[in-house]
Amino acid sequence: MTNPATSDPHTWVVVPLYNEATVIAEVIEGLLPHFPNVVCIDDGSTDGSLDVARRAGAYIVEHPINLGQGAALQTGIDYALTQPGCEYIVTFDADGQHRVEDAVGMVAAARDSGAAIVFGSRFLDDRTNPGVMKRVILKTAVWVTNMTTSVKLTDAHNGLRVIRADAARGIQLQQDRMAHATEIVLQLGHTGLPWIEYPVELLYTDYSKSKGQSVLNSVNILVDLIVR
Amino acid sequence: MNFMWIQIVLIVAVIAIGAVFMRRTGADNHLAIRRLLFGAFVLVAIVSILFPQWLTWVANLVGVGRGTDLLLYALVLMFLVFVYTQSRRNAADQRRLTLLARKIALLQASRPSEQPDESDADQPESR
Repeated sequence: MTNPATSDPHTWVVVPLYNEATVIAEVIEGLLPHFPNVVCIDDGSTDGSLDVARRAGAYIVEHPINLGQGAALQTGIDYALTQPGCEYIVTFDADGQHRVEDAVGMVAAARDSGAAIVFGSRFLDDRTNPGVMKRVILKTAVWVTNMTTSVKLTDAHNGLRVIRADAARGIQLQQDRMAHATEIVLQLGHTGLPWIEYPVELLYTDYSKSKGQSVLNSVNILVDLIVR
Repeated sequence: MNFMWIQIVLIVAVIAIGAVFMRRTGADNHLAIRRLLFGAFVLVAIVSILFPQWLTWVANLVGVGRGTDLLLYALVLMFLVFVYTQSRRNAADQRRLTLLARKIALLQASRPSEQPDESDADQPESR
């Protein structure tokens, strides 16, 4: 499965990028053997992430100002959909907490099962241990997401997803900041297309931990969702 | 005769501000409604300035002791309405800014360089 011969030209990997200069090259270089089409949406990084990503061999779309991760995701989806031959879009975080193997497996699962959407979930098996506090926050986010959408997931705010082009056309994110993670589930649910979950592992490195969402930020996410 | 002067100043100010706000500003969604509201405001303000006891009479009518208290409540209410409309406008502006920035970003999108190693000079898109 990790054979470079399985390079997939019909899948576009969308990576929202904001100040990840130390890890982004590694992330892109890990993706390219499997997915030659990696597009980084630089959201106004101030640490040179853009040049690092360009040198690593990614397509580059640069927001002229910082708009937020949801906005970057939408820009990336819009860009990928304009590319000829784009069948699937993978959303992938820039901080290196997703495994490329999982992305490859999810695209294969989408093709095999005919599902239009594959959500990565860290709670389908025991590989990922996010810690107690983070687990409570994430489970609360799952609960809110399930209350407000028709899609019942075991994980929310997992940046790793595979979205078929027809489903991606149904996405029009209005939440520029973090609440987009629930909004994208909501809008994908509205497409009525078949979806599955796929077990993934999240790599909680010290780096990704230091960048992770704080408790206060999850308060913002909840309020954003209730007050629309 | 002291109170006369302040009344003149206030009435002039109210009329001037009313006139400014009733002007056509270019982005007019509810111009007619706004003009009617400001017209009513100017009228009520002038009456209140000339006959302060009238305001107290209105206050008593709705269960408020003094006219000045009624004025304060009205001010708080207006402020909250102002905050609301302003935040709505901010959100709409933010939305338009996002769409504009996205359009610019997509227009300037660049492909990976043909030779990814060391040759950064052949990037006409890079700035």
